Amino acid sequence: MSSSTTPEQKVTDQKLDVAPPYNAVARHGVSPTPSHDEVARFDFLANFNKFLSGSLGAGNQLTYDRRVLPAFLKEHGREPQDRFEIRHAMNDDPFHKFWSALKRNSMEMRQQNGRSMVLRQIDELNAKARQYNEGRDTLELNPEIDVPRYQSAVDIHCMPGSYHGEELSGDVSAGANYDCGIFATTAGGLGALSDGGGQALVDWIKKERPGWQPRRMLDIGTTVGHNIVPLALAFPDCEFIAIDTAAPILRYAHARAQSLGATNIRFIQANAEDLSRWDNGTFDWVQTTMFLHETSGKALPKIIAEGYRVLADNGLMLHLEQPEYSDAMPLFEQFLRDWDAFNNNEPFWSSMHALDMKEEMVKAGFDREELFETGVRAVVDQEIFPEAPTGEDEDHGRAAYWHAYGAWKNADQI
Amino acid sequence: MTDTPFDWMAAANKKAKGKRPEYFDDPEDERMLSILMAVVGEVSVLRERMDTVERLLDAKGTINRDDIERYTPDKQAAYERGAMIREYIYRVMRGPHQMVEELQQTEPPVEEVSRELKEI
Ligand SMILES: C[S@@+](CC[C@H](N)C(=O)[O-])C[C@H]1O[C@@H](n2cnc3c(N)ncnc32)[C@H](O)[C@@H]1O
Repeated sequence: MSSSTTPEQKVTDQKLDVAPPYNAVARHGVSPTPSHDEVARFDFLANFNKFLSGSLGAGNQLTYDRRVLPAFLKEHGREPQDRFEIRHAMNDDPFHKFWSALKRNSMEMRQQNGRSMVLRQIDELNAKARQYNEGRDTLELNPEIDVPRYQSAVDIHCMPGSYHGEELSGDVSAGANYDCGIFATTAGGLGALSDGGGQALVDWIKKERPGWQPRRMLDIGTTVGHNIVPLALAFPDCEFIAIDTAAPILRYAHARAQSLGATNIRFIQANAEDLSRWDNGTFDWVQTTMFLHETSGKALPKIIAEGYRVLADNGLMLHLEQPEYSDAMPLFEQFLRDWDAFNNNEPFWSSMHALDMKEEMVKAGFDREELFETGVRAVVDQEIFPEAPTGEDEDHGRAAYWHAYGAWKNADQI
Repeated sequence: MTDTPFDWMAAANKKAKGKRPEYFDDPEDERMLSILMAVVGEVSVLRERMDTVERLLDAKGTINRDDIERYTPDKQAAYERGAMIREYIYRVMRGPHQMVEELQQTEPPVEEVSRELKEI
């Protein structure tokens, strides 16, 4: 180590928990270019979201313990039975109502702010994307792929137009808006390229199976490819297939990946419920990240079963999600984690997190002994980006800390 | 027919499909809070812009608009600006924030205190 003091080392009084500036976000080939004030809008929202989940969010537990629960006990003569009863009771509480209204506004502002930045430069963005996309066989769009009902019933997380909406034909605005605004809602917790989850997976697999070389990998519901690009860069000899039902997202994802040098990913418009174009045992690794909660009761088991079928023996299946609502999780925490379900257009969120994921994987064909669970925390450049807070200050449902449900298929038989 | 140019300002305001939850008894309160929060955000933007101008002036004495657009804070400035936004948020959010404190202790109405003081 050198003995000289760098300017950074002198900055010792940075004690307040503030969000990193949006300027610190890394740019790639199709990043929207923010103006000074567009940066400032996301700076405000990032810090406001910290305030909502931190200092102000503390009031939720207080009002529950002091007002809502005692009133519930008085009225019903018993404790609430589930997270829904807590929600109905909390929705009448003046503090919780106001907190929710502020948080909903923050989500809506994030969309407006992201969309206005993206849409004012949409022609440039579309042109940039075309440069990376035209004539490349690594982007395969199939117009006959329908948008599933669970994707069109409402605009998920209040994102106008959802993943599949287009403002101009062939445009990438849905992807660009998704990509830029995730910084604000996670207060920078996902790192410079919002790929802290994917970075964590790279670290995890290198420790778990040192030297392992998967030949082919499938990423289901890839969106803009945040969490597949780090893996594609870490395994340059592996062939990556990333599928999604939404064309606008894929156009952006492909251009983004190409510009970041991840040329070994093939982006394909396909529905994960039907993977019939791939033979049994095609992939050594099949994964979803933050995806299953945006499907439906019938689609989820189909997707996992199809994933199982195309997974080769000794291959890895991995699903990253927020932790499930097990009996061990207090009902109040379940209620907090459910906020997005009903306030931020995530209609399958609540039911999905109530599923026993191990059970779902067994139904898809795995032996119970093959299953494992682990925690995955976003890997970010901690010089600039915060490590995701968990516990008291956690932004429940959004923390950059996930639960991984995984299995190695028939590994014991090999 | 003439090509109507794409109105990105209107498009940016598109509503997300899905019924919006109602938080207040009066629907007008929903609209009022949304306007207020947008203004709260924009004031923060103005403050950050002012801070940029001041920092550039400190450093160079004279600036133009490009300097403002190109400005990127170093680590110390980024922290100071984060702290500035945080301080601003605490100031404008005083009302809801004080609700948290109210929840920590139940207080008698001042009328009651007033009656008490008369007697002691
Ligand atoms: C929450 S996002 C996933 C996030 C992404 N995996 C990541 O880690 O950044 C859900 C995505 O799944 C896509 N999707 C939904 N249903 C699908 C299906 N049946 N098959 C393929 N993609 C689907 C949506 O279009 C959307 O882009």
